[in-house]
Amino acid sequence: MEEPVSSREFGQLIFFLVLLIGLTPFIGGWMARVFKGERHFLQVPLGWMEKLIYRLGGVDPTEEMSWWQYAKIVLAFNLIGFLALLGLQLTQAWLPLNPAGQSNVELGLAVNTAASFVTNTNWQAYSGENTMSYLTQMMGLGVQNFFSAATGIVVLLALIRGLTRKTSTTVGNFWADLVRTSVYVLLPLCFILALALASQGVVQTFSAYPTATTLEGASQQIPLGPAASQIAIKQIGTNGGGFFGQNSAHPFENPTPLSNFLELLAILLLPAAIVYTYGVMVGDRRQGWSIYWAMFVIFIAGLGVALWAEYQPNPAMDSLNWMEGKEVRFGTMNSVLWACATTVTSNGSVNAMHDSLSPLAGGVAMFNLLLGECVFGGIGTGLYTMLLFVIITVFLAGLMVGRTPEYLGKKIEAFEVKMSMIAVIAPSACVLIFSALACYLTAGRAALGNNGPHGLSEILYAFASMSNNNGSAFGGLSANTTYYLWAGSVAMLIGRFAVIIPVLAIAGSLAAKKITPPSPGTFPTTGPLFVVLLISVVLIVGVLTFFPALSLGPLIEHLLMQTGHTF
Amino acid sequence: MNTLAKTFRFFLVLTFLVGVVYPLAVTTIAQVFFHSQAEGSQLVVNGKLLGSALLSQKTGSPKYFWPRPSAGDYATVASGASNLGPTSEALKEAITDRVAKLRTACHVSAETPLPDDMVTTSGSGVDPHITPAAARLQIDRIAAARNLTSAQKEQLAALVTQFTEGPQLGFLGEPRVNVLLINVALDELR
Repeated sequence: MEEPVSSREFGQLIFFLVLLIGLTPFIGGWMARVFKGERHFLQVPLGWMEKLIYRLGGVDPTEEMSWWQYAKIVLAFNLIGFLALLGLQLTQAWLPLNPAGQSNVELGLAVNTAASFVTNTNWQAYSGENTMSYLTQMMGLGVQNFFSAATGIVVLLALIRGLTRKTSTTVGNFWADLVRTSVYVLLPLCFILALALASQGVVQTFSAYPTATTLEGASQQIPLGPAASQIAIKQIGTNGGGFFGQNSAHPFENPTPLSNFLELLAILLLPAAIVYTYGVMVGDRRQGWSIYWAMFVIFIAGLGVALWAEYQPNPAMDSLNWMEGKEVRFGTMNSVLWACATTVTSNGSVNAMHDSLSPLAGGVAMFNLLLGECVFGGIGTGLYTMLLFVIITVFLAGLMVGRTPEYLGKKIEAFEVKMSMIAVIAPSACVLIFSALACYLTAGRAALGNNGPHGLSEILYAFASMSNNNGSAFGGLSANTTYYLWAGSVAMLIGRFAVIIPVLAIAGSLAAKKITPPSPGTFPTTGPLFVVLLISVVLIVGVLTFFPALSLGPLIEHLLMQTGHTF
Repeated sequence: MNTLAKTFRFFLVLTFLVGVVYPLAVTTIAQVFFHSQAEGSQLVVNGKLLGSALLSQKTGSPKYFWPRPSAGDYATVASGASNLGPTSEALKEAITDRVAKLRTACHVSAETPLPDDMVTTSGSGVDPHITPAAARLQIDRIAAARNLTSAQKEQLAALVTQFTEGPQLGFLGEPRVNVLLINVALDELR
């Protein structure tokens, strides 16, 4: 019954990976020019826009900021975004551009959705086509897709300046970082992708939902909206929140194999390329590539396990080729590749339902979330999270040889290690505490869509996804219920800002330090030895924290499935 | 407070760019160059809106090709998936039930394996496609329901071949048949 991966499917996979690696230096190098404020080709057509935004926005793009000034503006910018999105949802019925007549969103759902889109999580406890007006989608959700992605990048830029500046009190200018990221990187890429998607059949219109009369005489409403423009940034900005409820499984979001390929590439393109950007910006490309390969190895290992698992027959169901929750035009390989890509990055969009994946494939997706979204991760956020692991790694290496640890010539001291640990522990603690509470509370268990170990997986996946700002779901869980709405909102905000603040604090602390030239006792942070050590640290932290929970969810479900057990 | 006010002004300017200018620019260009796709690939037959080429619709008559089962019963606002896992008793029962019904309807013996897409629900709930095997499986049933002659039945088989889309650009995605489009062509078959 076992069906091996066909050569065509294997060919698509290899083509995808080669293209991704091949594009990395080009996109990454170009981003480095943009972020460093050097001359680049887009300044000719778009430079006026950058200057106009500074003038209309009344900001000075040259003023240098301390880490705390920078952090204050990050927080203010996100607070305003949160309130604006909340306000739009609560009043959309009275505002224009609402041809489908959506009512105002209820408070709990509106708060959850605002927290979700501001934190780049894009967890959705609703379906867009029967909840959100075109105005809310376009000026609320779509805008936060851009801003949350840009926020991730600017925080990373501050950290990079912390690493490269000598005895400095400043980490850069928030306004310039945010505007350059938006105008030169996100907008042009989204513009191209949106039009490519529209050519494939992704809808982009302000028309009302027309009603068709089907072949058999029934009436069928056709949901529409300005989707292509939003789906482009949803994929490129590691956001993942669908315009429609079924996300990129929906034919209006992802109509063809080509649209699927482009959306898949867009998931990983910037999170991968920015690692190269990092190497350029710290003046040593090997530093970037070492981190890149550590990420790549973890991604490929998980992908291998997930593909293997998904092609195994299911003894509990004697089904040939598991198509539950998948779309015919994509098939198994494209569904599993997407599931892995969307969970290592903090994207969270789906083209197949993760709840219906085989236990181990779903388990790999969940484990990817639990690693803290540091394997490529969100654009910016993924790399700064990985840099926290790098700090922990050089600290451990320093302990082993009994020398003061350093990274890129900066001494790593108690403050940096403490901040890194806070940022690593906070989301993990949210996952475990809120999951345990959900198991304990009747309201937590009543929301389950599956029984047995798969039920625990639904809870665990939900909080893994929200606490690590991913946004994908085991969709059987009724997320639009009081406990999950409010606990989820708290988890998403902690998972975002309890990492951003420590990262900016580290940036400030490192910027103030001298850069000491490498000595023979310096632990090298490039090369295979470092890559293996970094992978080990990431995996050990993940496994130590979550193995007991994972063994009661996906692992035991896999074993019981082999005996034909159902629940 | 000064920071908040300053950030608010900046927020408004940038919102205008990415929340108004950008989506309107994309809409304008998409409407000009990809009008039909941007409006949802609407299918108009004899002046009446029949549906969208990208959304499956509920079709139970034995005279037509059937789409894949839908967990949301082909609802479009909103559509849905089963979200049932690989050890779900409810899913096992649903699949067993669908297998039995499909075997009876298509006169297939218990030994013949069925195309998996016809007994499982899709991710979108409105998957517009079935596999070529699933289309071929239904030829006999449709021919019987329409009292087709053997020559007409051959035309029907040719139709399935004609409507089978290969991998896009020769290597992307899976071979598939669009159910609504082939059903429209089926009605025009003489």
